[in-house]
Amino acid sequence: MAFTEEQLVRYSRHIILSEVGGKGQKKIGQARVLVIGAGGLGSPIALYLAAAGIGTMGLIDADMVDLTNLQRQIIHHTADVGRPKVLSATEKITDLNPDVEVISYQKNLDAENALEVFNHFDYVIDGTDNFPAKFLINDAAFFANKPLIHGGILRFDGQIFTILPGESACYRCIFPKLPPQGVVPSCQEAGVLGALAGLIGTLQATEALKLILGIGTPLTNRILTYSALQTQFREITIKKNPDCPLCGAHPSITTLEMETQEVCDFDPLETAQKDS
Amino acid sequence: MLIRINGKQEDIQVATLGDLLQSKNIEPQMVSVELNNTMIDRTNLTTTLLKEGDSIELLFFMGGGSGHDLRQ
Ligand SMILES: [Zn+2]
Repeated sequence: MAFTEEQLVRYSRHIILSEVGGKGQKKIGQARVLVIGAGGLGSPIALYLAAAGIGTMGLIDADMVDLTNLQRQIIHHTADVGRPKVLSATEKITDLNPDVEVISYQKNLDAENALEVFNHFDYVIDGTDNFPAKFLINDAAFFANKPLIHGGILRFDGQIFTILPGESACYRCIFPKLPPQGVVPSCQEAGVLGALAGLIGTLQATEALKLILGIGTPLTNRILTYSALQTQFREITIKKNPDCPLCGAHPSITTLEMETQEVCDFDPLETAQKDS
Repeated sequence: MLIRINGKQEDIQVATLGDLLQSKNIEPQMVSVELNNTMIDRTNLTTTLLKEGDSIELLFFMGGGSGHDLRQ
């Protein structure tokens, strides 16, 4: 495919980079990226990837835009409150760059649909806010063999790392299983600085573009953490865990299953009943 | 005894990793612990002895994740 005049101008600041060039920009235009969650992390991820000219972007989110989302989910505007997030996000993406083909799924990712959805894409970016989803995405990326860029935020802190399934440490290499319900507070309970979502999501988009372009050093086998209060980045070296229940030598997880715990909007009363 | 916790040198009097978490009021189930670049299985926390110069990384669940603030 050849660039149109308009595209040459639109992407000129990319094309002028020797590491990108016309060739790299074409790679971006042919890339198929799945963004899971059109929320705090998903907003900057989707907007920057759209601006960059990603060929096909998948967006999956079951939720409607809520007034409390607007503090950080910058792809949604005040008039979008009450509308499906994927619809609101698709409109902004198309407004920003009509070159991008958006495939939207107004549903939650689950063990039944995850592999089918993943198979339409080359790269997966985790912009979700709850642990059952994060573990499911990690496992599905492993089974579907798709590079995954993980991100998480809470309060004033964020973390990000890239997983090349089978090659580099996965989420379960670090966190073998879900935290028990109630042990870890959710964003809803503990709060999150809105701009932090922009920072971590933008890092995720940057890492995705690097993978697509095949440039630089991917953020594998190391976790980048950011503390907004200290204005401090730290890098923690990690490695594939031979005892990992998913990608270790003797895996106990051999099929895709959704672990049923719900952390992000759990009800303490309900939890107590379930536990008893 | 001087040990490094998330990059910061601390003088702390504890015997095991489990003691360390307890002294910092950290619920073991909300954290993954790396000792000198090796992941420590949660079941071994209370039996893993610490020594001068050890480097410990406490990795918290995040993303709906940990609200624990190490700096407090
Ligand atoms: Zn693993």
